[in-house]
Amino acid sequence: MHQVYNAVFEPGFFASAQVHTAVTLGGLVAVVCGITGVFTVMRGQSFAGHALGDVSAAGGSGALLAGLSPVAGFVGLGVIGAGVMDMIGVQRVRNRDLATGIVLGAAIGLSALFLYLTSVTGATTGAVQQVLFGSIFTTPSGTIPVVAFLGAIALTSLAVICRPLLLATVSPDIAVARGVPVRLIGVVYMLALAVSVGLSSVATGAILSTALLIGPAAAALRLTRRVGRALGLACLLGVLSTWLGVLLAYDSYYWGSSHDGLPVSFFIVAVIFITYLVSGMPALRAGGRTGQPVAPAAAAERDKVAA
Amino acid sequence: MTGEQLSDAGAAEILTVDGVSVSLGGRQVLDEVSFAIGAGEFTGLIGPNGAGKTTLLRVILGLQRPAAGRVAVLGRPRSVRAQPVGYVPQKVLLDPDMPMRARDLVALGLDGSRYGLRLPSKKRGQAVGEMLHAVDAERFADARVGNLSGGEQQRVLIAHALISRPRLLLLDEPLANLDLRSGQEIVSLLARIAAEQQIAVLLSAHEMNPLLPVMDRIVYLAGGRAASGPAGQVVTTEVLSRLYGHHVDVLHVHGRVLVVAGSGDDQLAAVPLPAAEAS
Repeated sequence: MHQVYNAVFEPGFFASAQVHTAVTLGGLVAVVCGITGVFTVMRGQSFAGHALGDVSAAGGSGALLAGLSPVAGFVGLGVIGAGVMDMIGVQRVRNRDLATGIVLGAAIGLSALFLYLTSVTGATTGAVQQVLFGSIFTTPSGTIPVVAFLGAIALTSLAVICRPLLLATVSPDIAVARGVPVRLIGVVYMLALAVSVGLSSVATGAILSTALLIGPAAAALRLTRRVGRALGLACLLGVLSTWLGVLLAYDSYYWGSSHDGLPVSFFIVAVIFITYLVSGMPALRAGGRTGQPVAPAAAAERDKVAA
Repeated sequence: MTGEQLSDAGAAEILTVDGVSVSLGGRQVLDEVSFAIGAGEFTGLIGPNGAGKTTLLRVILGLQRPAAGRVAVLGRPRSVRAQPVGYVPQKVLLDPDMPMRARDLVALGLDGSRYGLRLPSKKRGQAVGEMLHAVDAERFADARVGNLSGGEQQRVLIAHALISRPRLLLLDEPLANLDLRSGQEIVSLLARIAAEQQIAVLLSAHEMNPLLPVMDRIVYLAGGRAASGPAGQVVTTEVLSRLYGHHVDVLHVHGRVLVVAGSGDDQLAAVPLPAAEAS
């Protein structure tokens, strides 16, 4: 029994200060991303979320180059990127992909420049790894209050606009007719998204930030018919995935003989991916007319009708 | 040319449209359209595609500013912030993946434009339940809206529009994507609600026949101009020919009304109305 326990939690897991920081940071970020992600998936703006991740990468690498904390760059440039995307036309569905693609391309170009300059000046070792693929184990614990504060701002904004945002997501026409300032609501949502993606970049790196944003939310949306429950479920799945990823990454240090830990971001993203696949199992899906899980035959019939 | 008004609305006027003209991109979409609707009246806004039905509804909603004329709801100028108008837009595509039950969508009709988190409320749940009952949607109240049939979704959207107790309900082509039977059910539901709750219902459609049994009044749009009044007085060869600007024949076939371009007319090939489909 004791051996099994030791195999699951390798020695020193609970005592490690780095693990404490990783678990706290990861948990905070997963909650913020879970909430924001549910709206992102419902609004069909996953691509915008991914582009903001690339903008975060440019911000994070720029911040490192300037000798600042990557968090400032992740979030700061992300917010600016969201503003630019809105100006180009993220509001119109037809222009949405265009605006997103243009900003995404520019951001990756900037990242390439900043990361190159960082490597040339040699100011920081491992900048590429840290910015693009995350370094939750080596993030200083002083980052925690910053992340908590920024996360609270994003979640508070979403709490204020949640009902008009939901109405505008169901039908912009109805929302406009009801006097909802749909454009303004969309901007506030995009800013909250930019902050969430920036924080996600802290946990999993900018490139993988979309996984934490979209994965748990998409899985949650398959499992429930109610927005409130989807929000809670997305947080729960995100937090558990992140923690399990942290644990596996810690344990991986003891795997094999080389004693090099594998990247934590890989494990977090892998767990999220598997969670999403499992949530698609017909027995788990909540989509039925009666509230009961839909039997495979009935689901197939329904999909046929829907098509 | 002024829109023809063949009879006055009932005593309590809910909606007054007075000389409304709209130009979009240099094209005159609406040309001095005037009509009025009273409480409890079921009015069909009929016309071929492109006649300006959606534009007129947008003007009434306050989303489109007319170049001339005015719209009054309950005697007051219409503004988008005032809420006595319920609206069911055309082609609402409800995503099957949207985590929302029918009753959640109806509840959004009550407070969807308010800010901040919503506290649980027994009163709200009760109001939603009553509304679902009124549109006969209790059977599927707990199903995902995106999984419902077109007719069922229309009922939920109507409940969503009605729960804030508007005096005027606007529906843009609600029958467009429905089979004949679902369409008839929605029409009789709306007629019942109009009479019971003394709501003025204005429903746009390019096909008038499903509405003829219940319609109190018709607003017929063609070429940007409108004629309004009881269907029997508006849908006549004389009135519609004047409206279209060329000769059309109104034919009565087995209780159905067909509008076809008249013989001897050189615009015969360009019949702007879809012929009624055989049932």
